[in-house]
Amino acid sequence: MDFTFSEDQTMLVDSVRKFLMNEVSPELIRELWTRPSGRSRELWSLLAAQGLTGLSVPEANGGMGLNDTDWVLIAQECGYHALPEPLLDTAWAAAGLIAALPDSDFRSQWLSKIADGSARIALAQPQSGLVPDAHWASLILLPQDGALYAVSPQLARLTLQPSVDASRRLFSIDWKTDDAERIATDAKAICDEAFNRSAVAAAAQLLGLAQRMLDLSIDYTAQRKQFGKPVGSYQAVKHHLADVAIRLEFARPVVHRAAYALAHRKPLAAVQVSHAKIAAAEAALLAARHGIQVHGAMGYTWEMDLQIFMKTAWALDAACGDRSFHLARVRDFALAGNAALGPAHTFEE
Amino acid sequence: MNLAYTERQRAFRAEIRGWLSEHIPKTPLQSFDTAEGFAQHREWERTLHSGRWSMVTWPQALGGRGCDLIEWLIFEEEYWRAGAPLRVNQNGIFLLGPTLMDYGTQEQKARFLPRMASGEDVWAQGWSEPGAGSDMAAIRCTAVQDGDSYVVNGQKIWSTRAVWADWLFGLFRTAPESKRHHGLSFLLLPLRSPGITVRPIKQLNGQTGFAEIFFDNVRVPLENRLGAEGAGWQVAMATAGFERGLMLRSPARFQETARALAALYQQRKARDGGVDPVLGEAVARAWMDAEAYALSTYATACRLQKGGHIGAESSTNKVFWSELDVRMHETALRLAGPFAELTGGAPLAVDHGHWLEGFMFAQSGPIYAGTNEIQRNIIAERMLGMPRS
Repeated sequence: MDFTFSEDQTMLVDSVRKFLMNEVSPELIRELWTRPSGRSRELWSLLAAQGLTGLSVPEANGGMGLNDTDWVLIAQECGYHALPEPLLDTAWAAAGLIAALPDSDFRSQWLSKIADGSARIALAQPQSGLVPDAHWASLILLPQDGALYAVSPQLARLTLQPSVDASRRLFSIDWKTDDAERIATDAKAICDEAFNRSAVAAAAQLLGLAQRMLDLSIDYTAQRKQFGKPVGSYQAVKHHLADVAIRLEFARPVVHRAAYALAHRKPLAAVQVSHAKIAAAEAALLAARHGIQVHGAMGYTWEMDLQIFMKTAWALDAACGDRSFHLARVRDFALAGNAALGPAHTFEE
Repeated sequence: MNLAYTERQRAFRAEIRGWLSEHIPKTPLQSFDTAEGFAQHREWERTLHSGRWSMVTWPQALGGRGCDLIEWLIFEEEYWRAGAPLRVNQNGIFLLGPTLMDYGTQEQKARFLPRMASGEDVWAQGWSEPGAGSDMAAIRCTAVQDGDSYVVNGQKIWSTRAVWADWLFGLFRTAPESKRHHGLSFLLLPLRSPGITVRPIKQLNGQTGFAEIFFDNVRVPLENRLGAEGAGWQVAMATAGFERGLMLRSPARFQETARALAALYQQRKARDGGVDPVLGEAVARAWMDAEAYALSTYATACRLQKGGHIGAESSTNKVFWSELDVRMHETALRLAGPFAELTGGAPLAVDHGHWLEGFMFAQSGPIYAGTNEIQRNIIAERMLGMPRS
């Protein structure tokens, strides 16, 4: 039993943090909002040059073969810095999905392209049908009727569906099922796994977003004075942020266990993923709500950086299975009448 | 990260599970807030001690098993899972015990710890005073040195189970002119000393869980001081950390309550043929929160075992478990529906009125061990670094 991260894992995430701190500033994010693509080829190249696109690609295909517990901390950093590139979709979720396919030219070719950064992969969200970053992808992976299709963006009609988060580029997609694009027929299990992985990626980002909003709020309330004192010295303001800290403390290990459960294919992984998505979303939503409250009117403006992280949090709450979906999964489990509840089941094997 | 138990941990779980199934009293004990119930619980502490299960984290030499924090969590899981009696000596086990280990002299450890482990000495807390609740630095009870003893005068209040307990630990002002947290000392004194009057205070449930204690020239030998004279505040803060933190409220307690809530939901469903989906969601959330608390505790325990230090977890834990306990019992009473108001004596009471009792007890959680308002201030100032008011 060891519920801590290894030195390798924390060193890796430290270097990712430094990289994102230098390369993904709020100024860059705002600038990218104004571009039609919303994306930066330079930033993607830098991510690839750092080796980040190859993290979970198997070593045989030119990657590092890392698993979900390695990714979870990195995804938290992506959330903390609101990274506006499809790194997690491509290098974590899609790479995992393609790696789970039987050996084929398709598999080895695309894994290598993901590893060297020459491919970006978009994944359809089964709960909504929306496809993030479809315009920016080399390939769109679409589950349909238990099969999995790989569609070239040029062969599909994409309709932009603007999101509350100007960093997100979401599309609905019109395409005709074509047997030539089918890459797996009986793909339900691996598609479910990819969906759960996307949900953990969203949950981990939401943790990072919550932490960022908390940090911004702490800084702001230390500087902003009213009645001659920093507003952060008032108990009512303190209690708002203490509540965010508490929610975050108790969401973090839930997300980490979900990542572990996915990596080790535990029988309760789906329920634990849903728990993680709910806990992280609620921590982030509280951080947003209390963040805007303690920023006062400034928090309601375009000028403050708080809005960047707040809007990403609102978007990710709805993405990768909204809370109703995830709560239903947890409820179905907990209320089935025969569930292993109570002490001594936390790490059921 | 490796979330699988070791062979040794599994064997330990099997051992405690076996022992408990053989030794747990067949009929539930009465409340330890009654004279008879207190005696029954003291007897249970003795039984636990005879199996060396009363203080599993203590060294073998003191009757413990030298368990680490993960083993302690496993022990607690099995204890709650088996429905074993509440620990009447929890003030001793979870608060004074660890404090004595850290601050006691060899003589003090030898004198107090074994009797605590066997249940011969049951301890009560002497923190609060009528003018000093969460603001513990406002303590006015004096202990003035006179020869080889202190002479104690003043009053303590909200002392849980002091009516039946044998000993008291608490903070006293040993430097009469001192202010706030200076000049305080941590003293251990027998509740049967001459000059002590213990007056019971009935709690919400009508039982005498609390007491107020009056000291009239009570003599306490100098060797009953824990830590240096005037250094009582630091010792007490360590104790308070144990109280709010890992040890007092093990996650298994809440996981067991969540399990029982799910069972109550099934009862209601069987009776009515369906349950308001809002209550289903509340049960699911109770389970998630209890799991989150368990996971967080495991994560902290693993970090501590690797040489980490306990930080603001004490305060985040305290707020989280106390508010979770209230929510869970509110959900239980809603599931009990029209029978929620029935007390344990009522023939139609749901689960023998156990939920109503728990609901009332849960009301005290956000108040004791430092109110949740105080905890939130601590989180904001010490964990988040926000400016002091």
